[in-house]
Amino acid sequence: MGISRRKFLGWFGGGLSATAVSTANNVIAGSNHHFKGHPDTMGILHDINRCIGCRKCEEACNKVNELPKPEKPFDDLSVLDQKRRTHADVYTVVNQFKVDNKNVYVKKQCNHCMEPACASACFVKAFKKMPNGSVLYDESVCVGCRYCMIACPFNIPAYDYDSALSPKVTKCTLCYPRVKEGLLPGCVEICPKEALIYGKRNELIKIARQRINKHPNQYIDHIYGEHEMGGTSWLYISGIPFSEIGMREDLGLKSAPELTSGPLSAVPIVVGLWPVLLTGIYAISKRKDKVAEEEKQEAVEATQKDADEKLQKEIAKLKQQASKEKETAVKREVEKALEQAAKEAKQKSEEKAADAASEKKEDE
Amino acid sequence: MEQPTSRISLKPAMTPFNIILGIILTIGFVLTIIRFTSGLSAVTNLDDNNPWGIWIGFDLLCGVALAAGGYTTSAACYLFGLKRYHSAVRPAILTAFLGYALVVLALHYDVGRPWRLPYPIFWQQGTTSLLFEVGLCVFLYLTVLLIEFTPAAFEWLGFSKLRDIIVKLTIMLTIFGVVLSTLHQSSLGALYTIVPSKLHPLWYSGYLPVYFFVSSIFAGLSMVIFEGSLAHKFLHHKMDETHLKESKGVVLGFGKAASFIMAGYLSIKVIGLAIDNNWHYLFTGYGAWYLFELIGFVALPSFVYAIGVREKNIRLIQWTAAWTVLGIVLNRFNISLIAFNWQLPSSQRYFPCWMEICVSLFIVAIGIVVYRFITSNMPILYEHPNYRNDH
Repeated sequence: MGISRRKFLGWFGGGLSATAVSTANNVIAGSNHHFKGHPDTMGILHDINRCIGCRKCEEACNKVNELPKPEKPFDDLSVLDQKRRTHADVYTVVNQFKVDNKNVYVKKQCNHCMEPACASACFVKAFKKMPNGSVLYDESVCVGCRYCMIACPFNIPAYDYDSALSPKVTKCTLCYPRVKEGLLPGCVEICPKEALIYGKRNELIKIARQRINKHPNQYIDHIYGEHEMGGTSWLYISGIPFSEIGMREDLGLKSAPELTSGPLSAVPIVVGLWPVLLTGIYAISKRKDKVAEEEKQEAVEATQKDADEKLQKEIAKLKQQASKEKETAVKREVEKALEQAAKEAKQKSEEKAADAASEKKEDE
Repeated sequence: MEQPTSRISLKPAMTPFNIILGIILTIGFVLTIIRFTSGLSAVTNLDDNNPWGIWIGFDLLCGVALAAGGYTTSAACYLFGLKRYHSAVRPAILTAFLGYALVVLALHYDVGRPWRLPYPIFWQQGTTSLLFEVGLCVFLYLTVLLIEFTPAAFEWLGFSKLRDIIVKLTIMLTIFGVVLSTLHQSSLGALYTIVPSKLHPLWYSGYLPVYFFVSSIFAGLSMVIFEGSLAHKFLHHKMDETHLKESKGVVLGFGKAASFIMAGYLSIKVIGLAIDNNWHYLFTGYGAWYLFELIGFVALPSFVYAIGVREKNIRLIQWTAAWTVLGIVLNRFNISLIAFNWQLPSSQRYFPCWMEICVSLFIVAIGIVVYRFITSNMPILYEHPNYRNDH
């Protein structure tokens, strides 16, 4: 038991230190550190006011990602009648909203969060935020648990439900392969209205701010994506409140890792404290049993002793009584004997006297 | 009681129950083939907005919660020193082991590439994920449960030396089991802390991990009572005198503990409501549903448990246990399915396909068959004559 416990503690320590090292490399959960994103990270600004809903970006996306052709061609604008989302073979969609009898078009795709929920949620690290802004997915390790889809606040990652044995999660890559070759993302390149601008995120925020300041009556004073869920690489400006055009404004400013850091940080504490607590409870209950056992023993012994003493006393008393009785009996016997002896002596003397008298009579 | 001399007893008796089991197993077998040849879309109603259905909501969340009897019972007996519950430990460990094994089996249906399930543990660890935490703990705990279960198998097989070695590790294994259970029971709740925007505020809380952990304790206790009542009905002849003598005490003791813990759970739920200031939601439709769960399946059973214990009404406690188990299922369904994606229009909401339900039933049926086989052959409900008075 001793050896196994020592071994056990060794493994335990090893595991703990490994965890400590691996977390130190990745996350700084505590204290007042704040992750501001990779320096010079890139992004795209979507000026919703400029979008005309031509679906050219959808077409370009389909082409550069070599996705299967959709049933209805991209120039068929009747698909805009329905609200759509991303799917396994659709990385981006444009949705149409009618606000005050005016059509508003909003492009939807992965927002490439600064601190992505999908990457934080993935238990096999299949997602990675690249320094240039892209959030990339690695199919070669993906188990297909779909927790990334649960976690994503924008409902973006899609899954290959039709594939029996090799389903994968799909989403926009911010055209990572094209950008690496010095090309623009497919959607940005094709946009005929410059509703999409690719650039450094910091610069894009400045541009967005300028447009809002220059035309305060055309834009609402909010850059969507600057702070939402800890900020995203995609940024949006619009003349219509975002909540009216299918973009949630109640997501909060906390990034996904911040939401789970509390429960995660409780894990090592439980690992450290629970064995102490439980061993303590075990020791207490065992000790209690032992004490109870001892007390029982003591009580039994005490009773025994008590009984013994009583018995001894009783015996002594009896003995005393017996000896007393014996004494009196002896005394009585002696007295009796003496009495007897006296009686006999008396009798003898009387007899003697009688004899003497009769002898005297015979002599006369 | 039978002598455990016969090695295996396979009696394919044609009782109605067995026939239904057989039908479910056959359907499940066919659905298994469809699942692994045509993909999830062929057998489920899952979609991109609803990636988790009842295979997660029921098989994983409820499966793990209801298998909590293993750690609660062994902790009560071995760590808290309540030795009069000793005869309840083996059935509880067996159920827990089977429960977890079936959870892992069910996951093979749900995830896309089941043969990669060991990846997060052995290949590339996503340490920032609560699902990693769940996976690691379930893997380790399944191992612990397997080891805790082996003495019964070794007694059956006659490997007494191996059995003695494992029995010596009992305390360490129990502590290990409680640590791991605390972690993954709570982490299952913590999975949902990442989605404040998708889970209804009445169910979303920073305390989700605590709620899941605490509710797993009374889920486990209730499951031991509930399962015990079933075992008494169908496996009475397998129980020895000790088991029968102690079982009333187990029901009373566990009922009392469950009542008490449920009262505590109720109070921390109300505290969570107050901290997030969610009172106004109580007056909505979801609020009514929330109160239905909290009052109808926590407050009331807690109260009825207390009455049952006071009046020593075993029957009442057993019914309350089934009621509480149902409440746990309701709670896990609410969090994973009903209150999840509550803001989506009803046309985009999830409802399970009949084939999904059949696969879940199939998994439960496998559990019943294996449980029956093991309790019929191994010393679970009775003590092996060679090892009596050995604890």
